[in-house]
Amino acid sequence: MIAVLKQKKIAALAILFALAFPLLIPNNYYLHMMTLSFIWMIAVYGLNLLAGYTGYLSLAHAGFFAIGAYTLAILTVKAGLNFWLAFFLSCVISSFIGFLVGLVALRTKEHFFAIYTLCVGYIIYLVIDKWDSLTGGVRGFIGIPSPANIGPISFQTPVSQYYLVLFFLLLVVFVMYRIVYSLTGRTYIAIRNSEELALTIGISTMKDKLVSFVLSIFFTSLAGALYASFIRFLGPDIGYISVMFDLLIFLLVGGIGTMSGPVVGTLLMTSISQQLQFLQDYRMLIFGPILTLLVIFYPRGVVGGVIHWKTKRTENNRDSRVGKISSHSSNEKQVKEG
Amino acid sequence: MLLETKNLTKRFGGLIAVNNVNFSIERGKINAIIGPNGAGKSTFFNLISGFHKPTAGQIIFKGEDITHLPANKRAKLGIARTFQTTHLFEQSTVLDNVIIGHRLRTSSTLFDAIFRTKRLKREEAQCKEKAMEVLEFVGLTDAAHKIVANISQEEKKRAAFALALATDPEVILLDEPAAGVNPDETEGLEELIVKMAEYGITVCLIEHKMQMIMKIAHKIMVLNYGEKIAEGTPEEIKNNEIVIQAYLGGSAIA
Repeated sequence: MIAVLKQKKIAALAILFALAFPLLIPNNYYLHMMTLSFIWMIAVYGLNLLAGYTGYLSLAHAGFFAIGAYTLAILTVKAGLNFWLAFFLSCVISSFIGFLVGLVALRTKEHFFAIYTLCVGYIIYLVIDKWDSLTGGVRGFIGIPSPANIGPISFQTPVSQYYLVLFFLLLVVFVMYRIVYSLTGRTYIAIRNSEELALTIGISTMKDKLVSFVLSIFFTSLAGALYASFIRFLGPDIGYISVMFDLLIFLLVGGIGTMSGPVVGTLLMTSISQQLQFLQDYRMLIFGPILTLLVIFYPRGVVGGVIHWKTKRTENNRDSRVGKISSHSSNEKQVKEG
Repeated sequence: MLLETKNLTKRFGGLIAVNNVNFSIERGKINAIIGPNGAGKSTFFNLISGFHKPTAGQIIFKGEDITHLPANKRAKLGIARTFQTTHLFEQSTVLDNVIIGHRLRTSSTLFDAIFRTKRLKREEAQCKEKAMEVLEFVGLTDAAHKIVANISQEEKKRAAFALALATDPEVILLDEPAAGVNPDETEGLEELIVKMAEYGITVCLIEHKMQMIMKIAHKIMVLNYGEKIAEGTPEEIKNNEIVIQAYLGGSAIA
Protein backbone atom coordinates (compact mmCIF):
# COMPACT_ATOMS: atom_id res chain seq x y z
CA MET A 1 0.00 0.00 0.00
CA ILE A 2 2.76 2.39 1.01
CA ALA A 3 4.56 1.69 -2.24
CA VAL A 4 1.44 2.62 -4.22
CA LEU A 5 1.04 5.88 -2.31
CA LYS A 6 4.69 6.66 -2.90
CA GLN A 7 4.31 5.93 -6.62
CA LYS A 8 1.30 8.25 -6.80
CA LYS A 9 3.31 10.95 -5.06
CA ILE A 10 6.16 10.63 -7.55
CA ALA A 11 3.70 10.71 -10.46
CA ALA A 12 1.95 13.80 -9.01
CA LEU A 13 5.30 15.56 -8.56
CA ALA A 14 6.30 14.73 -12.13
CA ILE A 15 3.01 16.12 -13.47
CA LEU A 16 3.38 19.28 -11.36
CA PHE A 17 6.91 19.74 -12.68
CA ALA A 18 5.72 19.26 -16.26
CA LEU A 19 2.94 21.81 -15.72
CA ALA A 20 5.31 24.35 -14.18
CA PHE A 21 8.15 23.73 -16.65
CA PRO A 22 7.43 26.68 -19.03
CA LEU A 23 7.32 29.03 -16.01
CA LEU A 24 10.45 27.61 -14.39
CA ILE A 25 12.54 27.58 -17.56
CA PRO A 26 11.21 30.26 -19.92
CA ASN A 27 13.53 29.25 -22.74
CA ASN A 28 12.02 28.48 -26.14
CA TYR A 29 14.75 26.02 -27.08
CA TYR A 30 14.21 23.86 -23.99
CA LEU A 31 10.46 24.17 -24.42
CA HIS A 32 10.78 22.93 -27.99
CA MET A 33 12.96 19.99 -26.90
CA MET A 34 10.54 19.12 -24.11
CA THR A 35 7.49 19.23 -26.41
CA LEU A 36 9.28 17.02 -28.90
CA SER A 37 10.24 14.57 -26.13
CA PHE A 38 6.59 14.38 -25.06
CA ILE A 39 5.62 13.47 -28.61
CA TRP A 40 8.23 10.69 -28.67
CA MET A 41 6.98 9.51 -25.27
CA ILE A 42 3.46 9.04 -26.65
CA ALA A 43 4.87 6.94 -29.48
CA VAL A 44 7.00 4.94 -27.04
CA TYR A 45 3.93 4.28 -24.86
CA GLY A 46 2.26 2.89 -27.95
CA LEU A 47 5.21 0.59 -28.56
CA ASN A 48 5.30 -0.35 -24.88
CA LEU A 49 1.70 -1.57 -24.86
CA LEU A 50 2.50 -4.07 -27.60
CA ALA A 51 6.16 -4.93 -27.04
CA GLY A 52 6.26 -4.45 -23.27
CA TYR A 53 2.93 -5.80 -22.12
CA THR A 54 1.74 -8.12 -24.88
CA GLY A 55 5.19 -9.43 -25.79
CA TYR A 56 5.18 -8.67 -29.52
CA LEU A 57 8.13 -6.55 -30.55
CA SER A 58 6.95 -4.55 -33.53
CA LEU A 59 9.50 -2.77 -35.70
CA ALA A 60 6.84 -1.16 -37.88
CA HIS A 61 5.91 1.57 -35.44
CA ALA A 62 8.02 4.31 -37.00
CA GLY A 63 6.11 3.54 -40.19
CA PHE A 64 2.80 4.01 -38.43
CA PHE A 65 4.12 7.16 -36.78
CA ALA A 66 4.82 8.42 -40.31
CA ILE A 67 1.41 7.31 -41.58
CA GLY A 68 -0.24 9.28 -38.76
CA ALA A 69 1.88 12.34 -39.58
CA TYR A 70 1.46 12.20 -43.36
CA THR A 71 -2.27 11.47 -43.16
CA LEU A 72 -2.75 14.61 -41.09
CA ALA A 73 -0.67 16.59 -43.57
CA ILE A 74 -2.55 15.30 -46.60
CA LEU A 75 -5.99 15.68 -45.03
CA THR A 76 -5.40 19.25 -43.89
CA VAL A 77 -3.35 20.61 -46.80
CA LYS A 78 -4.58 18.64 -49.82
CA ALA A 79 -8.12 17.77 -48.75
CA GLY A 80 -8.62 20.98 -46.76
CA LEU A 81 -10.36 19.22 -43.89
CA ASN A 82 -10.95 20.81 -40.51
CA PHE A 83 -7.82 20.30 -38.39
CA TRP A 84 -9.32 18.33 -35.53
CA LEU A 85 -11.38 16.13 -37.83
CA ALA A 86 -8.22 15.42 -39.85
CA PHE A 87 -6.35 14.79 -36.59
CA PHE A 88 -8.90 12.21 -35.49
CA LEU A 89 -9.12 10.63 -38.95
CA SER A 90 -5.35 10.28 -39.26
CA CYS A 91 -5.29 8.14 -36.08
CA VAL A 92 -8.25 6.09 -37.29
CA ILE A 93 -6.89 5.54 -40.80
CA SER A 94 -3.47 4.54 -39.48
CA SER A 95 -5.09 2.16 -36.98
CA PHE A 96 -7.15 0.62 -39.75
CA ILE A 97 -4.03 -0.03 -41.82
CA GLY A 98 -2.54 -1.44 -38.62
CA PHE A 99 -5.52 -3.73 -38.26
CA LEU A 100 -4.99 -5.14 -41.76
CA VAL A 101 -1.26 -5.60 -41.14
CA GLY A 102 -1.98 -7.17 -37.74
CA LEU A 103 -4.27 -9.80 -39.23
CA VAL A 104 -1.27 -11.23 -41.06
CA ALA A 105 1.64 -10.18 -38.85
CA LEU A 106 0.21 -11.61 -35.62
CA ARG A 107 0.23 -15.09 -37.10
CA THR A 108 3.98 -14.99 -36.68
CA LYS A 109 5.86 -14.93 -33.38
CA GLU A 110 8.99 -13.59 -31.76
CA HIS A 111 11.86 -12.97 -34.22
CA PHE A 112 9.61 -13.72 -37.16
CA PHE A 113 7.15 -11.09 -36.00
CA ALA A 114 9.98 -8.59 -35.51
CA ILE A 115 11.39 -9.28 -38.98
CA TYR A 116 7.97 -9.21 -40.61
CA THR A 117 7.11 -5.86 -39.04
CA LEU A 118 10.56 -4.52 -39.89
CA CYS A 119 9.73 -5.23 -43.53
CA VAL A 120 6.31 -3.61 -43.18
CA GLY A 121 7.93 -0.52 -41.68
CA TYR A 122 10.43 -0.35 -44.52
CA ILE A 123 7.71 -0.74 -47.14
CA ILE A 124 5.79 2.15 -45.53
CA TYR A 125 8.95 4.24 -45.71
CA LEU A 126 9.45 3.35 -49.38
CA VAL A 127 5.86 4.18 -50.27
CA ILE A 128 6.18 7.59 -48.61
CA ASP A 129 9.53 8.19 -50.27
CA LYS A 130 8.45 7.19 -53.78
CA TRP A 131 4.83 8.37 -53.94
CA ASP A 132 5.82 11.84 -55.00
CA SER A 133 2.42 13.17 -56.01
CA LEU A 134 0.86 12.39 -52.63
CA THR A 135 3.64 12.87 -50.12
CA GLY A 136 6.09 15.18 -51.85
CA GLY A 137 8.68 12.41 -51.80
CA VAL A 138 12.21 13.36 -50.84
CA ARG A 139 11.39 17.06 -51.09
CA GLY A 140 9.16 16.64 -48.08
CA PHE A 141 5.78 18.05 -47.17
CA ILE A 142 5.56 21.68 -46.11
CA GLY A 143 2.86 24.03 -44.92
CA ILE A 144 1.11 21.80 -42.42
CA PRO A 145 -1.10 23.97 -40.20
CA SER A 146 -0.53 24.12 -36.47
CA PRO A 147 -3.44 22.90 -34.33
CA ALA A 148 -6.66 24.85 -34.90
CA ASN A 149 -8.22 26.84 -32.10
CA ILE A 150 -10.55 25.09 -29.71
CA GLY A 151 -13.05 27.78 -28.81
CA PRO A 152 -11.08 30.70 -27.42
CA ILE A 153 -7.87 28.69 -26.95
CA SER A 154 -5.33 29.05 -29.72
CA PHE A 155 -2.22 26.95 -30.23
CA GLN A 156 0.07 29.36 -32.04
CA THR A 157 2.63 29.98 -29.28
CA PRO A 158 5.25 27.43 -28.19
CA VAL A 159 3.86 27.46 -24.64
CA SER A 160 0.31 26.63 -25.70
CA GLN A 161 1.61 23.88 -28.00
CA TYR A 162 3.62 22.53 -25.09
CA TYR A 163 0.48 22.29 -22.96
CA LEU A 164 -1.50 20.72 -25.80
CA VAL A 165 1.07 17.97 -26.25
CA LEU A 166 1.33 17.53 -22.49
CA PHE A 167 -2.44 17.10 -22.36
CA PHE A 168 -2.29 14.28 -24.92
CA LEU A 169 0.66 12.68 -23.14
CA LEU A 170 -1.19 12.66 -19.82
CA LEU A 171 -4.27 11.27 -21.54
CA VAL A 172 -2.24 8.45 -23.09
CA VAL A 173 -0.53 7.68 -19.76
CA PHE A 174 -3.89 7.66 -18.02
CA VAL A 175 -5.44 5.29 -20.57
CA MET A 176 -2.33 3.07 -20.44
CA TYR A 177 -2.52 2.97 -16.65
CA ARG A 178 -6.19 2.01 -16.73
CA ILE A 179 -5.55 -0.74 -19.29
CA VAL A 180 -2.45 -2.22 -17.68
CA TYR A 181 -4.04 -2.44 -14.23
CA SER A 182 -7.23 -4.12 -15.40
CA LEU A 183 -8.31 -7.58 -16.49
CA THR A 184 -7.50 -6.57 -20.06
CA GLY A 185 -3.93 -5.68 -19.06
CA ARG A 186 -3.60 -8.92 -17.14
CA THR A 187 -4.76 -10.73 -20.27
CA TYR A 188 -2.02 -9.05 -22.33
CA ILE A 189 0.59 -9.91 -19.72
CA ALA A 190 -0.62 -13.52 -19.73
CA ILE A 191 -0.11 -13.62 -23.51
CA ARG A 192 3.38 -12.16 -23.12
CA ASN A 193 4.23 -14.69 -20.45
CA SER A 194 3.12 -17.76 -22.39
CA GLU A 195 0.74 -17.80 -25.27
CA GLU A 196 0.20 -21.55 -24.87
CA LEU A 197 -0.76 -21.15 -21.24
CA ALA A 198 -3.02 -18.22 -22.12
CA LEU A 199 -4.83 -20.41 -24.66
CA THR A 200 -5.39 -23.20 -22.14
CA ILE A 201 -6.98 -20.80 -19.67
CA GLY A 202 -9.47 -19.78 -22.33
CA ILE A 203 -8.03 -16.53 -23.64
CA SER A 204 -8.73 -15.96 -27.33
CA THR A 205 -5.17 -14.82 -27.90
CA MET A 206 -5.59 -13.75 -31.54
CA LYS A 207 -8.39 -11.31 -30.70
CA ASP A 208 -6.55 -9.82 -27.72
CA LYS A 209 -3.29 -9.51 -29.63
CA LEU A 210 -5.07 -7.73 -32.46
CA VAL A 211 -6.77 -5.24 -30.11
CA SER A 212 -3.45 -4.55 -28.40
CA PHE A 213 -1.70 -4.14 -31.77
CA VAL A 214 -4.30 -1.71 -33.13
CA LEU A 215 -4.43 0.35 -29.93
CA SER A 216 -0.65 0.48 -29.84
CA ILE A 217 -0.67 1.83 -33.40
CA PHE A 218 -3.42 4.30 -32.50
CA PHE A 219 -1.16 5.84 -29.82
CA THR A 220 1.85 5.89 -32.13
CA SER A 221 -0.03 7.55 -34.98
CA LEU A 222 -1.47 10.06 -32.50
CA ALA A 223 2.13 10.97 -31.73
CA GLY A 224 2.80 11.17 -35.47
CA ALA A 225 -0.13 13.55 -36.05
CA LEU A 226 1.05 15.75 -33.17
CA TYR A 227 4.56 15.72 -34.63
CA ALA A 228 3.28 16.88 -38.02
CA SER A 229 1.33 19.78 -36.55
CA PHE A 230 4.18 20.75 -34.23
CA ILE A 231 7.14 20.59 -36.64
CA ARG A 232 4.95 21.52 -39.65
CA PHE A 233 7.39 19.92 -42.08
CA LEU A 234 7.62 16.23 -42.91
CA GLY A 235 10.30 14.25 -44.70
CA PRO A 236 10.16 10.51 -45.43
CA ASP A 237 12.95 10.05 -42.87
CA ILE A 238 10.45 10.08 -40.00
CA GLY A 239 9.32 6.63 -41.14
CA TYR A 240 12.87 5.35 -41.49
CA ILE A 241 14.38 2.52 -39.48
CA SER A 242 16.63 4.88 -37.50
CA VAL A 243 13.51 6.48 -35.96
CA MET A 244 12.23 3.02 -35.13
CA PHE A 245 15.44 2.19 -33.32
CA ASP A 246 15.33 5.52 -31.48
CA LEU A 247 11.89 4.61 -30.16
CA LEU A 248 13.11 1.16 -29.24
CA ILE A 249 16.18 2.52 -27.44
CA PHE A 250 14.02 4.98 -25.45
CA LEU A 251 11.84 2.06 -24.42
CA LEU A 252 14.72 -0.29 -23.58
CA VAL A 253 16.65 2.29 -21.57
CA GLY A 254 13.57 3.41 -19.64
CA GLY A 255 12.23 -0.06 -19.09
CA ILE A 256 10.19 -2.26 -21.40
CA GLY A 257 6.94 -3.35 -19.81
CA THR A 258 7.00 -0.69 -17.08
CA MET A 259 4.57 2.16 -16.60
CA SER A 260 7.08 5.01 -16.30
CA GLY A 261 9.77 3.53 -18.57
CA PRO A 262 8.85 5.53 -21.70
CA VAL A 263 9.06 8.85 -19.79
CA VAL A 264 12.35 8.03 -18.08
CA GLY A 265 13.98 6.53 -21.17
CA THR A 266 12.96 9.31 -23.56
CA LEU A 267 14.04 12.10 -21.19
CA LEU A 268 17.30 10.38 -20.39
CA MET A 269 18.22 9.58 -23.97
CA THR A 270 17.19 12.89 -25.52
CA SER A 271 19.03 14.91 -22.89
CA ILE A 272 22.19 12.78 -23.04
CA SER A 273 22.01 12.98 -26.80
CA GLN A 274 21.79 16.79 -26.53
CA GLN A 275 24.71 16.98 -24.13
CA LEU A 276 26.88 14.89 -26.43
CA GLN A 277 25.90 16.87 -29.53
CA PHE A 278 29.52 18.04 -30.01
CA LEU A 279 30.62 14.45 -30.60
CA GLN A 280 28.31 14.18 -33.63
CA ASP A 281 27.90 10.61 -34.83
CA TYR A 282 30.70 9.39 -32.57
CA ARG A 283 28.05 9.52 -29.84
CA MET A 284 27.11 6.04 -30.98
CA LEU A 285 30.50 4.80 -29.78
CA ILE A 286 29.35 5.68 -26.27
CA PHE A 287 25.71 4.65 -26.64
CA GLY A 288 26.43 1.24 -28.14
CA PRO A 289 28.40 -0.28 -25.24
CA ILE A 290 26.17 1.35 -22.60
CA LEU A 291 23.08 -0.06 -24.26
CA THR A 292 24.61 -3.52 -24.53
CA LEU A 293 25.53 -3.52 -20.85
CA LEU A 294 22.09 -2.25 -19.91
CA VAL A 295 20.32 -4.99 -21.85
CA ILE A 296 22.54 -7.64 -20.26
CA PHE A 297 22.31 -6.45 -16.65
CA TYR A 298 18.99 -4.59 -16.61
CA PRO A 299 16.79 -6.21 -19.22
CA ARG A 300 13.87 -4.12 -18.00
CA GLY A 301 15.77 -0.85 -18.14
CA VAL A 302 16.33 1.79 -15.50
CA VAL A 303 12.81 1.58 -14.09
CA GLY A 304 12.83 -2.22 -14.13
CA GLY A 305 16.13 -2.16 -12.25
CA VAL A 306 14.68 0.07 -9.54
CA ILE A 307 11.57 -2.10 -9.21
CA HIS A 308 13.69 -5.25 -8.95
CA TRP A 309 15.87 -3.70 -6.26
CA LYS A 310 12.82 -2.55 -4.29
CA THR A 311 10.97 -5.87 -4.38
CA LYS A 312 14.14 -7.61 -3.29
CA ARG A 313 14.49 -5.22 -0.38
CA THR A 314 10.88 -5.62 0.79
CA GLU A 315 11.15 -9.40 0.44
CA ASN A 316 14.30 -9.34 2.57
CA ASN A 317 12.59 -7.19 5.17
CA ARG A 318 9.56 -9.45 5.31
CA ASP A 319 11.68 -12.56 5.58
CA SER A 320 13.89 -11.13 8.29
CA ARG A 321 10.78 -10.12 10.23
CA VAL A 322 9.41 -13.63 10.03
CA GLY A 323 12.88 -14.88 10.81
CA LYS A 324 13.23 -17.28 7.95
CA ILE A 325 16.75 -18.26 7.11
CA SER A 326 15.65 -19.50 3.72
CA SER A 327 15.49 -16.00 2.27
CA HIS A 328 19.17 -15.96 1.58
CA SER A 329 19.17 -19.07 -0.53
CA SER A 330 16.00 -18.09 -2.38
CA ASN A 331 17.43 -14.72 -3.27
CA GLU A 332 20.58 -16.33 -4.51
CA LYS A 333 18.46 -18.53 -6.67
CA GLN A 334 16.61 -15.55 -8.03
CA VAL A 335 19.85 -13.87 -8.93
CA LYS A 336 21.02 -16.94 -10.76
CA GLU A 337 17.77 -17.31 -12.66
CA GLY A 338 17.19 -13.65 -13.34
CA MET B 1 -18.22 -40.97 -19.46
CA LEU B 2 -17.16 -37.35 -19.75
CA LEU B 3 -14.75 -37.28 -22.62
CA GLU B 4 -14.22 -39.84 -25.31
CA THR B 5 -11.85 -40.27 -28.20
CA LYS B 6 -12.80 -42.34 -31.21
CA ASN B 7 -10.08 -43.75 -33.47
CA LEU B 8 -7.96 -40.72 -32.66
CA THR B 9 -4.89 -40.52 -34.91
CA LYS B 10 -2.11 -37.98 -35.28
CA ARG B 11 0.60 -38.18 -37.89
CA PHE B 12 3.63 -35.93 -38.06
CA GLY B 13 4.88 -36.54 -41.57
CA GLY B 14 5.78 -40.22 -41.65
CA LEU B 15 5.64 -40.65 -37.88
CA ILE B 16 2.42 -41.87 -36.34
CA ALA B 17 2.45 -40.31 -32.87
CA VAL B 18 -1.02 -41.43 -31.87
CA ASN B 19 -2.59 -44.34 -33.72
CA ASN B 20 -6.28 -45.14 -33.65
CA VAL B 21 -6.78 -44.64 -29.93
CA ASN B 22 -10.18 -45.20 -28.36
CA PHE B 23 -10.23 -43.95 -24.83
CA SER B 24 -12.78 -42.60 -22.42
CA ILE B 25 -12.25 -40.39 -19.41
CA GLU B 26 -14.66 -41.45 -16.68
CA ARG B 27 -16.49 -38.69 -14.86
CA GLY B 28 -15.27 -38.01 -11.32
CA LYS B 29 -12.46 -40.58 -11.58
CA ILE B 30 -8.70 -40.33 -11.76
CA ASN B 31 -7.73 -41.52 -15.23
CA ALA B 32 -4.06 -42.12 -15.95
CA ILE B 33 -2.11 -42.49 -19.16
CA ILE B 34 1.25 -44.21 -18.95
CA GLY B 35 3.80 -45.40 -21.43
CA PRO B 36 7.50 -45.26 -22.23
CA ASN B 37 9.09 -42.02 -23.43
CA GLY B 38 7.92 -41.14 -26.91
CA ALA B 39 4.81 -43.29 -26.63
CA GLY B 40 2.58 -40.40 -27.67
CA LYS B 41 1.17 -39.45 -24.27
CA SER B 42 1.84 -35.75 -24.57
CA THR B 43 0.61 -35.69 -28.15
CA PHE B 44 -2.57 -37.37 -26.96
CA PHE B 45 -2.97 -34.59 -24.37
CA ASN B 46 -2.32 -31.93 -26.98
CA LEU B 47 -5.03 -33.45 -29.14
CA ILE B 48 -7.56 -33.43 -26.31
CA SER B 49 -6.74 -29.89 -25.22
CA GLY B 50 -6.76 -28.57 -28.77
CA PHE B 51 -3.10 -27.78 -29.45
CA HIS B 52 -2.85 -30.25 -32.29
CA LYS B 53 -5.48 -31.01 -34.87
CA PRO B 54 -5.99 -34.76 -35.21
CA THR B 55 -5.24 -36.37 -38.56
CA ALA B 56 -8.26 -38.61 -38.10
CA GLY B 57 -10.78 -39.54 -35.46
CA GLN B 58 -13.08 -37.70 -33.13
CA ILE B 59 -13.08 -36.18 -29.67
CA ILE B 60 -16.43 -36.10 -27.90
CA PHE B 61 -16.93 -34.03 -24.77
CA LYS B 62 -20.26 -34.45 -22.96
CA GLY B 63 -21.84 -35.76 -26.14
CA GLU B 64 -20.60 -32.85 -28.23
CA ASP B 65 -18.04 -33.20 -31.01
CA ILE B 66 -15.16 -30.86 -30.14
CA THR B 67 -12.63 -32.25 -32.63
CA HIS B 68 -12.28 -28.93 -34.46
CA LEU B 69 -12.65 -26.46 -31.59
CA PRO B 70 -9.62 -24.27 -30.77
CA ALA B 71 -7.93 -24.66 -27.38
CA ASN B 72 -9.39 -21.52 -25.80
CA LYS B 73 -12.96 -22.57 -26.62
CA ARG B 74 -12.33 -26.02 -25.11
CA ALA B 75 -11.17 -24.28 -21.94
CA LYS B 76 -14.48 -22.44 -21.83
CA LEU B 77 -16.35 -25.73 -22.12
CA GLY B 78 -14.51 -26.94 -19.02
CA ILE B 79 -11.32 -28.66 -20.15
CA ALA B 80 -8.28 -27.37 -18.24
CA ARG B 81 -4.70 -28.53 -18.45
CA THR B 82 -1.29 -28.03 -16.94
CA PHE B 83 2.12 -28.33 -18.61
CA GLN B 84 5.21 -30.34 -17.68
CA THR B 85 7.03 -27.08 -17.20
CA THR B 86 4.67 -24.82 -15.31
CA HIS B 87 4.93 -21.78 -17.65
CA LEU B 88 4.18 -19.41 -14.76
CA PHE B 89 5.36 -15.80 -14.85
CA GLU B 90 8.37 -15.94 -12.52
CA GLN B 91 8.69 -12.23 -11.76
CA SER B 92 5.13 -11.88 -10.55
CA THR B 93 3.35 -13.03 -7.38
CA VAL B 94 1.50 -16.33 -7.15
CA LEU B 95 -1.80 -14.48 -6.75
CA ASP B 96 -1.21 -12.31 -9.82
CA ASN B 97 -0.46 -15.44 -11.81
CA VAL B 98 -3.65 -17.17 -10.73
CA ILE B 99 -6.10 -14.24 -11.01
CA ILE B 100 -6.07 -14.37 -14.82
CA GLY B 101 -7.29 -17.98 -14.68
CA HIS B 102 -10.86 -16.84 -14.15
CA ARG B 103 -10.73 -14.34 -17.02
CA LEU B 104 -12.59 -16.68 -19.35
CA ARG B 105 -15.66 -16.48 -17.09
CA THR B 106 -15.71 -12.66 -17.28
CA SER B 107 -16.75 -10.38 -20.10
CA SER B 108 -15.24 -6.95 -19.46
CA THR B 109 -13.58 -5.37 -22.48
CA LEU B 110 -11.05 -2.68 -23.27
CA PHE B 111 -13.85 -0.12 -22.93
CA ASP B 112 -14.55 -1.30 -19.37
CA ALA B 113 -10.86 -1.03 -18.59
CA ILE B 114 -10.47 2.54 -19.83
CA PHE B 115 -13.59 3.82 -18.07
CA ARG B 116 -13.24 1.53 -15.04
CA THR B 117 -16.89 0.54 -15.20
CA LYS B 118 -18.82 -1.19 -12.44
CA ARG B 119 -18.68 -4.39 -14.42
CA LEU B 120 -14.89 -4.33 -14.46
CA LYS B 121 -14.67 -3.68 -10.71
CA ARG B 122 -17.15 -6.45 -10.02
CA GLU B 123 -15.35 -8.91 -12.27
CA GLU B 124 -11.94 -8.01 -10.86
CA ALA B 125 -13.23 -8.73 -7.37
CA GLN B 126 -14.72 -11.97 -8.65
CA CYS B 127 -11.41 -13.07 -10.22
CA LYS B 128 -9.50 -12.25 -7.06
CA GLU B 129 -11.98 -14.11 -4.91
CA LYS B 130 -11.77 -17.13 -7.20
CA ALA B 131 -7.96 -16.99 -7.09
CA MET B 132 -7.91 -16.95 -3.29
CA GLU B 133 -10.42 -19.79 -3.24
CA VAL B 134 -8.34 -22.04 -5.49
CA LEU B 135 -5.12 -21.09 -3.72
CA GLU B 136 -6.71 -22.22 -0.49
CA PHE B 137 -7.83 -25.42 -2.19
CA VAL B 138 -4.26 -26.26 -3.26
CA GLY B 139 -2.81 -25.09 0.07
CA LEU B 140 -0.96 -22.00 -1.11
CA THR B 141 -2.82 -19.28 0.80
CA ASP B 142 0.34 -18.32 2.66
CA ALA B 143 2.39 -18.11 -0.52
CA ALA B 144 -0.15 -15.97 -2.40
CA HIS B 145 1.98 -12.83 -2.23
CA LYS B 146 5.34 -14.49 -2.86
CA ILE B 147 7.18 -14.00 -6.13
CA VAL B 148 6.98 -17.21 -8.16
CA ALA B 149 10.77 -17.24 -8.69
CA ASN B 150 11.19 -17.62 -4.93
CA ILE B 151 8.90 -20.60 -4.30
CA SER B 152 9.77 -24.29 -4.51
CA GLN B 153 9.18 -26.54 -7.50
CA GLU B 154 6.36 -28.29 -5.64
CA GLU B 155 4.71 -24.95 -4.84
CA LYS B 156 4.99 -23.99 -8.51
CA LYS B 157 3.19 -27.20 -9.41
CA ARG B 158 0.46 -26.33 -6.93
CA ALA B 159 0.22 -22.82 -8.35
CA ALA B 160 -0.16 -24.27 -11.85
CA PHE B 161 -2.96 -26.53 -10.57
CA ALA B 162 -4.58 -23.46 -8.99
CA LEU B 163 -4.43 -21.58 -12.28
CA ALA B 164 -6.10 -24.48 -14.07
CA LEU B 165 -8.72 -24.80 -11.32
CA ALA B 166 -9.51 -21.07 -11.53
CA THR B 167 -11.05 -21.72 -14.96
CA ASP B 168 -13.83 -23.74 -13.26
CA PRO B 169 -13.04 -26.92 -15.17
CA GLU B 170 -14.98 -30.16 -15.31
CA VAL B 171 -11.95 -32.13 -16.35
CA ILE B 172 -8.34 -31.27 -15.63
CA LEU B 173 -5.48 -32.74 -17.66
CA LEU B 174 -2.26 -32.93 -15.69
CA ASP B 175 0.92 -33.46 -17.70
CA GLU B 176 3.47 -35.10 -15.38
CA PRO B 177 2.33 -33.25 -12.26
CA ALA B 178 5.00 -34.83 -10.06
CA ALA B 179 8.00 -34.46 -12.37
CA GLY B 180 10.99 -32.85 -10.67
CA VAL B 181 9.46 -33.12 -7.22
CA ASN B 182 10.95 -35.12 -4.34
CA PRO B 183 9.18 -38.22 -2.88
CA ASP B 184 7.78 -36.45 0.21
CA GLU B 185 6.36 -33.65 -1.86
CA THR B 186 5.01 -36.16 -4.38
CA GLU B 187 2.80 -37.54 -1.62
CA GLY B 188 1.45 -34.06 -0.99
CA LEU B 189 0.60 -33.68 -4.67
CA GLU B 190 -1.02 -37.14 -4.67
CA GLU B 191 -3.29 -36.06 -1.84
CA LEU B 192 -4.15 -32.91 -3.76
CA ILE B 193 -5.06 -34.86 -6.91
CA VAL B 194 -7.26 -37.20 -4.88
CA LYS B 195 -8.86 -34.17 -3.26
CA MET B 196 -9.67 -32.70 -6.68
CA ALA B 197 -11.39 -35.92 -7.75
CA GLU B 198 -13.33 -36.06 -4.49
CA TYR B 199 -14.37 -32.48 -5.08
CA GLY B 200 -15.99 -33.64 -8.32
CA ILE B 201 -13.37 -32.62 -10.85
CA THR B 202 -12.47 -35.35 -13.28
CA VAL B 203 -8.73 -35.88 -13.47
CA CYS B 204 -6.68 -37.25 -16.34
CA LEU B 205 -2.95 -37.43 -15.82
CA ILE B 206 0.26 -38.51 -17.50
CA GLU B 207 2.88 -39.64 -15.06
CA HIS B 208 6.07 -41.67 -14.91
CA LYS B 209 6.00 -42.29 -11.16
CA MET B 210 4.48 -45.78 -11.06
CA GLN B 211 3.95 -45.94 -7.32
CA MET B 212 1.87 -42.83 -7.45
CA ILE B 213 -0.21 -43.99 -10.41
CA MET B 214 -0.86 -47.42 -8.94
CA LYS B 215 -1.97 -45.83 -5.70
CA ILE B 216 -4.36 -43.15 -6.90
CA ALA B 217 -5.59 -44.02 -10.42
CA HIS B 218 -8.97 -45.64 -10.92
CA LYS B 219 -8.26 -46.44 -14.52
CA ILE B 220 -5.08 -46.65 -16.56
CA MET B 221 -4.42 -46.63 -20.27
CA VAL B 222 -1.03 -47.76 -21.55
CA LEU B 223 0.34 -46.33 -24.76
CA ASN B 224 3.28 -47.72 -26.69
CA TYR B 225 4.45 -46.40 -30.09
CA GLY B 226 1.24 -44.38 -30.26
CA GLU B 227 -1.02 -47.37 -29.82
CA LYS B 228 -3.15 -48.36 -26.90
CA ILE B 229 -1.80 -51.68 -25.66
CA ALA B 230 -3.84 -52.02 -22.49
CA GLU B 231 -6.53 -50.39 -20.44
CA GLY B 232 -7.90 -51.24 -17.02
CA THR B 233 -7.62 -50.93 -13.27
CA PRO B 234 -4.17 -50.69 -11.65
CA GLU B 235 -4.43 -54.37 -10.68
CA GLU B 236 -5.14 -55.44 -14.23
CA ILE B 237 -2.34 -53.32 -15.63
CA LYS B 238 0.15 -54.67 -13.09
CA ASN B 239 -0.54 -58.23 -14.18
CA ASN B 240 -0.85 -57.59 -17.89
CA GLU B 241 1.81 -59.55 -19.77
CA ILE B 242 1.96 -57.20 -22.76
CA VAL B 243 2.47 -54.18 -20.54
CA ILE B 244 5.19 -55.86 -18.54
CA GLN B 245 7.01 -56.85 -21.71
CA ALA B 246 6.60 -53.64 -23.66
CA TYR B 247 6.83 -51.11 -20.94
CA LEU B 248 8.59 -52.57 -17.97
CA GLY B 249 10.97 -54.72 -19.96
CA GLY B 250 9.88 -57.93 -18.25
CA SER B 251 11.14 -56.94 -14.80
CA ALA B 252 9.06 -56.52 -11.67
CA ILE B 253 7.01 -53.37 -11.20
CA ALA B 254 8.92 -50.62 -9.48
